[in-house]
Amino acid sequence: MADVLINLPATAAPGEIVTIRLMIRHPMETGFRTGPDGRRVPRDILREVRAEVDGAVVFAAELFPAVAANPPFAFTLRVEGRTELTLVWTLWDGSEERAVRVIEAA
Amino acid sequence: MIRRAPARAAAQAAALAAALAAGPAPAGADGRRSGYLDMGPATQAMQDDDLANPAMFWVMEGAGLWAAPAGPDGRSCAGCHGPPEAMAGVAARYPAFDPASGAAVDLTARIGLCRTRHQGAEPFAPESRPLLALAALVALQSRGRPIAPDPDPRLDPVRALGAALWHQRMGQLNLSCALCHDDHAGGSLGGARIPQAHPTAYPIYRLEWQEVGSLQRRLRGCLTGVRAEPFDWGAPELVALEAYLAARAAGMAVESPGVRP
Repeated sequence: MADVLINLPATAAPGEIVTIRLMIRHPMETGFRTGPDGRRVPRDILREVRAEVDGAVVFAAELFPAVAANPPFAFTLRVEGRTELTLVWTLWDGSEERAVRVIEAA
Repeated sequence: MIRRAPARAAAQAAALAAALAAGPAPAGADGRRSGYLDMGPATQAMQDDDLANPAMFWVMEGAGLWAAPAGPDGRSCAGCHGPPEAMAGVAARYPAFDPASGAAVDLTARIGLCRTRHQGAEPFAPESRPLLALAALVALQSRGRPIAPDPDPRLDPVRALGAALWHQRMGQLNLSCALCHDDHAGGSLGGARIPQAHPTAYPIYRLEWQEVGSLQRRLRGCLTGVRAEPFDWGAPELVALEAYLAARAAGMAVESPGVRP
């Protein structure tokens, strides 16, 4: 499980636009660098980050080798009622990790 | 100790006043400037916000290690020291004198000694991730406190050695630390601003490294930069330089874990 810092309000007014920020600990190894032994360090980057509410994608980002380590993301979301936000990030090997956060808007 | 042209000093005083209003790392009336003040606003914002500071990942990892048992008796850092908050002000004092070995030790060396002497565990490798994580956790507890070097007089020869090394020309470029960081601080080296080299924020998340590193790594980087052979990890020369720099920065606020370009 990767370390992740997620910042969002626990509560919001209905219809309010909230900012969601997350930062994922990841080396984002480009695959272009060579190690001390002169061999190429294999690429290990995040492929994709997305956010879903009730199965609908509300934010998605595709990542590339040029993205720095520990990438931060920020996006806004209008919340109506209780919102269960699922944050999903895809590793280089194709596996997914996720975190779920709830915003109470009532 | 720090010489600067009057015109530049006036310009810096104006910049300083602006930075003081926003930044958490005020420079003293004596003209000492934390490297924080020479960073761009985006990098400053990363350091100011714990949710944007990647060094907090190391702090989180350190908090886990703090409570994790190690060695044959399964003792953890927390078992002796209590919660990490009990370490408030500790990092601001290092490097300190260790009577048992009769030498100066910096924070990472102290963590290694704690592991071997009290936990009976293997010390972490130099500059390894768990070691930096614990150092970041401990250093965070001193944030905002003034750097308060160990007053032990047995450290005086160590600080004197550090001062001598600071002014010693080294490497193929035949440069001393002082030539850049005392005489030309505030100037440019290529596109980069030359800082006064006050170790206020270590361990730092350096954007160039894309990870957290120690003051020793920074010093070794500078030594390589002047094409000198860097001192080995934990070498007495590096600890002496750390002790001299801590004395030079005495009273400045600790920003650890900081962000630097």
